[in-house]
Amino acid sequence: MKAFTYERARTPAAAAAAVAGHKGAKFIAGGTNLLDLMKLEIETPTHLVDVQDLGLDRIEETTEGGLRIGTLVSNTALAADKRVRRDYGVLTRAIVAGASGQLRNKATTGGNLLQRTRCPYFYDTNQACNKRKPGSGCAAIGGFSRQLGVVGTSEACIATHPSDMAVALRVLDAAVETVDAQGKTRSVPVGEFHRLPGDTPHLENVLQPGELITAVTLPKPPGGRHVYHKVRDRASYAFALVSVAAVLNEDGSGRVAFGGVAPRPWRVEAADAQLRNGAGAVTRTAFADARPTHENAFKVTLAERTLAAIIQENRA
Amino acid sequence: MKFDTPAGSNPIDAMKVIGQAVDRVDGKLKTTGQAPYAYEHKDVPARPAYGYVIGAGIAKGRVTAMNTAEAKRMPGVLAVVSAENAQPLGKGSMNTAKLLGGPAVDHYHQALAVVVAESFEQARNAANAVRIEYERGNGRFDLAKAKPGAQPLTGSDADTHTGDFEGAFASAAVQLDQTYTTPDQNHAMMEPFATIAWWEDDALSVWTSNQMIAWNKKELAATFKLPPEKVHVRSPFIGGGFGGKLFLRADAVMAALGAKACGRPVKIAMPRPLMLNNATHRPATIQRIRIGTGKDGRITAIGHESWSGDLPGGGPESATQQTKLLYAGANRLTALRLAELDLPEANAMRAPGEAPGLMALEIAIDEVAEKLGMDPVRFRVLNDTQVDPEHPERPFSQRNLVRCLEDGAKRFGWERRQTRPGKMRDGRWLIGMGVAAAFRNNINMTSAARVRLSSDGVVTVETDMTDIGTGSYTIIAQTAAEMMGLPVEKVRVKLGDSSFPASAGSGGQWGANSSTSGVYAACVKLREAAAQRLGMDPATAEFADGEVRAGNRSAALADAAKSGEIVAEETMQWGDLGKKFQQSTFGAHFVEAAVDAYTGETRVRRMLAVCAAGRILNPKTARSQVIGAMTMGVGGALMEELAVDKRFGFFVNHDLAGYEVPVHADIPHQGVVFLDEADDKVSPMKAKGVGELGLCGVGAAVANAVYNATGVRVRDYPLTLDKHLAKLPAIA
Ligand SMILES: Cc1cc2nc3c(=O)[nH]c(=O)nc-3n(C[C@H](O)[C@H](O)[C@H](O)COP(=O)(O)OP(=O)(O)OC[C@H]3O[C@@H](n4cnc5c(N)ncnc54)[C@H](O)[C@@H]3O)c2cc1C
Ligand code: SF4
Repeated sequence: MKAFTYERARTPAAAAAAVAGHKGAKFIAGGTNLLDLMKLEIETPTHLVDVQDLGLDRIEETTEGGLRIGTLVSNTALAADKRVRRDYGVLTRAIVAGASGQLRNKATTGGNLLQRTRCPYFYDTNQACNKRKPGSGCAAIGGFSRQLGVVGTSEACIATHPSDMAVALRVLDAAVETVDAQGKTRSVPVGEFHRLPGDTPHLENVLQPGELITAVTLPKPPGGRHVYHKVRDRASYAFALVSVAAVLNEDGSGRVAFGGVAPRPWRVEAADAQLRNGAGAVTRTAFADARPTHENAFKVTLAERTLAAIIQENRA
Repeated sequence: MKFDTPAGSNPIDAMKVIGQAVDRVDGKLKTTGQAPYAYEHKDVPARPAYGYVIGAGIAKGRVTAMNTAEAKRMPGVLAVVSAENAQPLGKGSMNTAKLLGGPAVDHYHQALAVVVAESFEQARNAANAVRIEYERGNGRFDLAKAKPGAQPLTGSDADTHTGDFEGAFASAAVQLDQTYTTPDQNHAMMEPFATIAWWEDDALSVWTSNQMIAWNKKELAATFKLPPEKVHVRSPFIGGGFGGKLFLRADAVMAALGAKACGRPVKIAMPRPLMLNNATHRPATIQRIRIGTGKDGRITAIGHESWSGDLPGGGPESATQQTKLLYAGANRLTALRLAELDLPEANAMRAPGEAPGLMALEIAIDEVAEKLGMDPVRFRVLNDTQVDPEHPERPFSQRNLVRCLEDGAKRFGWERRQTRPGKMRDGRWLIGMGVAAAFRNNINMTSAARVRLSSDGVVTVETDMTDIGTGSYTIIAQTAAEMMGLPVEKVRVKLGDSSFPASAGSGGQWGANSSTSGVYAACVKLREAAAQRLGMDPATAEFADGEVRAGNRSAALADAAKSGEIVAEETMQWGDLGKKFQQSTFGAHFVEAAVDAYTGETRVRRMLAVCAAGRILNPKTARSQVIGAMTMGVGGALMEELAVDKRFGFFVNHDLAGYEVPVHADIPHQGVVFLDEADDKVSPMKAKGVGELGLCGVGAAVANAVYNATGVRVRDYPLTLDKHLAKLPAIA
């Protein structure tokens, strides 16, 4: 870990200005991801702006009948919220399928969306990694890639976005609200928030330097049955090999997003339309452009079979 | 004392304290955080500085430049020590690769330097500022590729041939010829390698975390070219080892080098991401098993060959060990082959040999039973042997494998198992049951202890035995209490200090039986001395209820020490009973597993182990050993694998996020039953080990249950879902 300076911002705009005005500065929320990466010197911020005093820790109802979730709402509080459990069950289920109780107490909404990949080569600073060190190459391609992405990846990077919560937000058509150093706000749909790696895997989302996430908004409740099915090698406390978030209607229509397979929560709207034709039809569309490695080709089959289990249960 | 004839009746047989489910005597210290672990000791001559170890960034090659200038200028930095400026080191006999590498690099994350600073953060930060340049060499990292060049071994690892294996196998009515693989595995103990080291003149002291104090002392002396009496090793509490802490490791060497360089105590805890490639691991194996039987199900030919790899000068994984002894059969073959690999050093991990050996053998046995159309419990019972099949003149000292299997089958409800796989369902889940035999040899090691009786009637035991979380403190207290006729509260146990008599240490499941036998021997002497002081005949004196009684006289034991403390020291040595009788431990593991018909995820639903391991010294601590081992077995079966990058030669998933071990949610109810045994041919305690037995066979029992559930046979551990997913029943 490199030495750094630290401040606690008082308002969202001040926080944004503090990061924008200081080269090498970063926000820190729960710190559950950032601090780990700093210890390994994968992240080396020179200045940290702590956002915990910004008052962004409430869940409010929006005029559109949805919810606005402050960025500082902990994963635990979000999952436990009565309205979320009643109307957005897929979100609660996704969150509690992730990390551990202790981590979820510290982890925040914005921090969760911005957590970085779990690619093991990204974590080992002896190894080439375009995401960690642009232009250095990608040691994962041709190496141990069982956990890594099968779709949306590139020649430069095949890492996945590891969040469970984000997969549920994607299926719920959530949006990310931000403010920048000038106090300008905007709202970005979750589906457009994370970037695909292309030649620049180190650029992971559309945030501008200093742009602060203030909240995540949910549109009015979609109804339907909410399912999150996370598949992994052990029963708990592991990242997904594949996860499926689904909101299914009684007539078999609905929406579906996949986790553990791509550099962002993976949802293809055209695939949603195939839901009544069965899991195979959905995944053939959603994974039409898949380019798995020899070690992770099973993920495509697994995605199909996991979705099949969900559809089967919905029928029963 | 030499144990060379079967034990007659002795004071242990009273079993007033031994055999009782006594709570851990150190339990409160641990649960209240008062048991200091290696990194936490305050008893050091000066405030320690912090060391941070730098591991090699390549697997094979040379360091061409190491630039430490920037690091040395950083705040708080006291020293940077590498092969360039370290004193010339010797090498202990027990580790294969050098513990301080450079300029030659022998494996990934081999220690190349230590940065010492006032704080941990400063040391870590400066370590990252050391710039190392390498010239990469060509390494061999792929066992399958190296297999054709693997070499046979000598001594106890030499090939064995009995009868005419090839002929008998060729003419067998039923034949199995299959290959199984087990991956590299890591001990993943909770406490990392950790040491505080300091020098006083030319004497070296360490607080460390090590299973074998006497070995550690010897190896430290050899490494630093010191006479052994100049080395003081203490390791009173250990947060798990599983064989990873049998040997001297880089934490202690680098701490001692750092301490020398800065003239202060230096403490080092290995960061987890460095440990997995820096230290030892259980090596991967490729195992070929051939079994031939008659139509009646009797084994006529059994052959087991195993390939593993290690650094030049290293050793094999003796995965064929159990196959020499577990089943009958006139024609036999075992062979070990060792390939040279440039992966990190391979070495012992809990039940070395038998653990991976049984993972393969006990699937093979299941497969043969299926070919025969015979129940796998019955097939094993049919092929039981009461003698060493390679040397039929050698009986087992005691062997109740059949009872373990039959008793276990009854308790587990084995009759509900469907013979045809893939036939039992519970909603989305495919259900199966599996069984495997557990087998692990008993090993006795020389073990000494000192016992003191003081005037307050308290007996203090001193031995360099370690408690790696197993319960050594407790069973040693029970042994001394039983011998001296005292309650456990009247016994104090001091362990893990090289100034105490050298014990067996903790390894190879020899610790419990050997170390308590050493304490037994010392207590026999103490009883004699106490009786003499009290003017009683040592031969007839009885020790009970805090008193010594002979004839119609009785006196408080404490009175014997009225005129001064009595000290007795003795060493238990072993005669040739282990040669005359094969001494082994036995068990049967039963597992019910559920496999998600859609996703292929496996969840273990029930587990039962029935063990026959001689006298059980403390059923509570023994049960803890077995349930912990069963948990480890589930990990080995379903998830544990060090993933080798065959291009760059290292274990990629080198932290506990990537190297998965079971969590609570993976482990169901575990039943453990110990048969009521006492084996008079192994020791005066009549006990054997259980700590490794509990692991042996678990993996195969899980694998057999998974097969019984799915009908898809996977012979490549761990059984992750991708290995059977495509062959599971089609989905709608
Ligand atoms: C052992 C372990 C297991 C885990 N398992 C899972 C799992 O199974 N599933 C899963 O989904 N997650 C898992 N996680 C990840 C966990 O969910 C994230 O670490 C957590 O959500 C991050 O939130 P945080 O508030 O601590 O973020 P921080 O660590 O504080 O920040 C993360 C990043 O977000 C930035 N940031 C934070 N807030 C803002 C903001 N308001 N605006 C702009 N930038 C911001 C920071 O600068 C930083 O770059 C696991 C983590 C650990 C350590
Ligand atoms: S996959 Fe991406 S994160 Fe992983 S090593 Fe390659 S570039 Fe780095």
